[in-house]
Amino acid sequence: MVIDMTRLDTGQMQKPDLAPRDNYLTHTRGIWSWLYTLDHKRIGIMYLTCVLSAFFVAGIFALLVRTQLLTPEGTIMGQDDYNQAFTLHGAIMVFLVIIPSIPAALGNFVLPIMLGAKDVAFPRLNLFSFWLWVAGALFFVLALVSGGLDTGWTFYTPYSTDPNSAMGGMIPAVTGAFILGFSSIFTGMNFIVTIHRLRPPGMTWFRMPLFLWGIYATAILQVMATPVLGITLALLAVERAFGIGIFNPALGGDPVLYQHFFWFYSHPAVYIMILPGMAIISDLIAVHSHRHIFGYKFIAYSSIAIALFSFLVWGHHMFTSGQSPLVNVIFSAITFSVAIPSAIKVFNWLATMYKGSISWNTPMLYAMGFIFIFTIGGLTGLHLGTLATDIHLHDTYFVVAHFHYVMMGSALIAMIGGLHHWWPKITGKMYNENWGRLGFTLVFIGFNVTFFTQFMLGSQGMPRRYATYPADAGFQIYHVISSMGSYILAVGFFVTAGYLLQSMFGGRRAPANPWGGRSLEWQCSSPPPHDNFSQTPTVGDCYDFSVLEWNEDEQGYVWRSDIPHPGEEEPGGH
Amino acid sequence: MSQLEIQPDSHGTDHGHDHDHPDHLGHHWENSKQQFEAGKLGMWLFLATEVLLFGGLFCAYSVWRGNHPEIFQYGSQFLDTFWGALNTGVLLISSMTMAMAVTFAARGNRKGIVICLVLTLMGAAGFMIIKYIEYSHKFHEGFLPGYAFYEEPNASHLWLPLEHEHDQDVAHATLETEAHNTAFAHETIDRDEMPLPPPTAEPSVIPAAGTGPDGLTTNELALETAEFAVFLPPSVIGNLENQGPELDFAEHHKPGEVPHLSHPLQDPDRPPNAQKFFTIYFLMTGLHGIHVIIGGVVILWLLLLTLRGRFSKGYYTPIDLGGLYWHIVDVIWIFLFPLFYLI
Repeated sequence: MVIDMTRLDTGQMQKPDLAPRDNYLTHTRGIWSWLYTLDHKRIGIMYLTCVLSAFFVAGIFALLVRTQLLTPEGTIMGQDDYNQAFTLHGAIMVFLVIIPSIPAALGNFVLPIMLGAKDVAFPRLNLFSFWLWVAGALFFVLALVSGGLDTGWTFYTPYSTDPNSAMGGMIPAVTGAFILGFSSIFTGMNFIVTIHRLRPPGMTWFRMPLFLWGIYATAILQVMATPVLGITLALLAVERAFGIGIFNPALGGDPVLYQHFFWFYSHPAVYIMILPGMAIISDLIAVHSHRHIFGYKFIAYSSIAIALFSFLVWGHHMFTSGQSPLVNVIFSAITFSVAIPSAIKVFNWLATMYKGSISWNTPMLYAMGFIFIFTIGGLTGLHLGTLATDIHLHDTYFVVAHFHYVMMGSALIAMIGGLHHWWPKITGKMYNENWGRLGFTLVFIGFNVTFFTQFMLGSQGMPRRYATYPADAGFQIYHVISSMGSYILAVGFFVTAGYLLQSMFGGRRAPANPWGGRSLEWQCSSPPPHDNFSQTPTVGDCYDFSVLEWNEDEQGYVWRSDIPHPGEEEPGGH
Repeated sequence: MSQLEIQPDSHGTDHGHDHDHPDHLGHHWENSKQQFEAGKLGMWLFLATEVLLFGGLFCAYSVWRGNHPEIFQYGSQFLDTFWGALNTGVLLISSMTMAMAVTFAARGNRKGIVICLVLTLMGAAGFMIIKYIEYSHKFHEGFLPGYAFYEEPNASHLWLPLEHEHDQDVAHATLETEAHNTAFAHETIDRDEMPLPPPTAEPSVIPAAGTGPDGLTTNELALETAEFAVFLPPSVIGNLENQGPELDFAEHHKPGEVPHLSHPLQDPDRPPNAQKFFTIYFLMTGLHGIHVIIGGVVILWLLLLTLRGRFSKGYYTPIDLGGLYWHIVDVIWIFLFPLFYLI
């Protein structure tokens, strides 16, 4: 009887039993063994479940927003309810879904295994981060029941600090976001220390998979930027509760100061959202094109460059706030330069695909969709970064379309692509590829129909956060098309959720390496055993796919039988 | 393909120790040193986040001080340098005892750790007691952040009581209406229209943020007469000595003693928006005080662990990391003290 090999030898690819007897899912049983687990894989799964649930809730709010805008005088809600709908959509999506999604859900699962480590540096801190997320989410629920929230996810002063105007859910929501900030900080700290200290022998910085470079750059941002959000939200709460006067002009304060504080975090925050997405795409494209990543060092350095530059451009959210023209020019110039590292990545990905042997798997479809959508999103960022056009476009649907292109169309698409890519590893099951392609098609078409029309809406002057619009402005047709797109998008997400859930129960068993990846997570069984590896593995070039070949029995990739493993004289294992 | 044994995993959740690594070593670490170094790196990262947390307030301080140095020069005279310096000394000594505790821990001297941690804890408590003394002093003098600065100044120890009841009533009413931020009264504003300017509005140049809770005051005459007349006793306005009873003041001070500092609202020379000084003072020292309390709790927890025999020469990481935290709390105070008390 074949016993599954959980030991990893020097490069020796194992031939695991397709139904490993003991893996992290079956290792211990019972709800408490999950809720109090220190296993990064289980923590990642819990994050994934929670984040996707929050995504569902915020998605409902989005559908409410789109439905409202089907008719000029508003379809289903009054203005106050509409304000709540877009605020909650934004706040839940930003704080509960997109910021934690890739680092906490996928990163937690994949990062230690990719490093050949048994866990992250601080497992208890990891669990604590998860429970902080839950606490933050509970505060958002509290905000809903204590009066609601209608300030927009940006909580701009002076509206948000006046107890007579903004709704009563402000302080719970701000407290929730504060707590979520700490969840993010601790995750970032954990990942930085893990990457610094738990790399295996032979894995130098430039031998890490690019996913880890992206997560590392993200972690730097999480650690450095989030505390500023913390103090901003604390000041907001204190201002609202006690009338301190820091943002109140009647007492000598400055509401624009709030905007500076807020965007000093929130701009790096958007890079916290996109950098892990780009990190996933680097690995997805390389693996599914079966070609060595082009320009490894450029991609690695550009991740760090984006992280550093992102601290310098926050003012581009405030071009119309009354800051001096000199400051506007400086921020605009730096904004242009922060586009450069992102563009470098896109070119490198395209060069990786060139003359590769591309498999049209669902992850690859998402990756290619990402490139298309991110290019549009990034380029329209330049429209907004240009002072003259931004005066016209600020606070219009153009901005809404831009950030949905980069946040949803890029970060979220990358997350779903990564989810499909690592789904066999996480669950040990293969999803149905045809349904996967259908889901992608619906999502891709739905997304573009929804948000491309919003570029046109915005450039023609439709303002954002408006519950109604003039009937004679010619906006309605665009709104209707956009809303129809959102319904297609919703169907696409339901289809995706459907076949993924179905695969968990009835899917084909997954081999260790279904896609032919070379990073270390493909060298343990699917799903992995409890402690990932029982022997510290050694590392080769994680983008050299020439040593792998398809094995028909296993329906997965294995080390080629005619190539010796590192450290051996002759090919073939012993 | 050879068959390899499954490595039995004897850890699970019951932690039977049939393997030979020390208790404190996590299973994902190669050795204690790696774990210790990683812990230190993590702690330094956390300290960086703490610095950034305070950084926002330091930034606000510098912007405000740069734009309105007179507010800070005026406000700092109300702080007692003695207490601030005492706090500084207390924290520095407690940092020293904390460092000593770490050294004792590295040598495995349990008694030494306990003594030094207790001394550090006493330092933390001492700091909070001194802080309590300072804050209660401020509250008695009526120095509160934000709108509270303008509410009930006549309860302040520095307040020279007004003579006539009528003046007191007018003062109270003025405070009440002006302290409420009328800029946000939106009940009568039609949502779709710009609000109409009040009939008495003058489109003149608005001076730098005005001299009262309402902020922007365009009426020069009102500036000069109404406010001061309402808040100042005649003895101050008329420069007349010994006018009327100053009972409230007399109750809290020795006979014959005159205040060398008047309450800011009664000081005609005070800069506009003087309360900003107290706002930023309470925000920064308050946030710092919260961190001192957190640090105290951490040290108490370390003390309990030491008493339970958790630490040894080979493992004293929590003490080291707790020491780092305490040092950053101290360093932040070292920055706060000169910024508020000395310059």
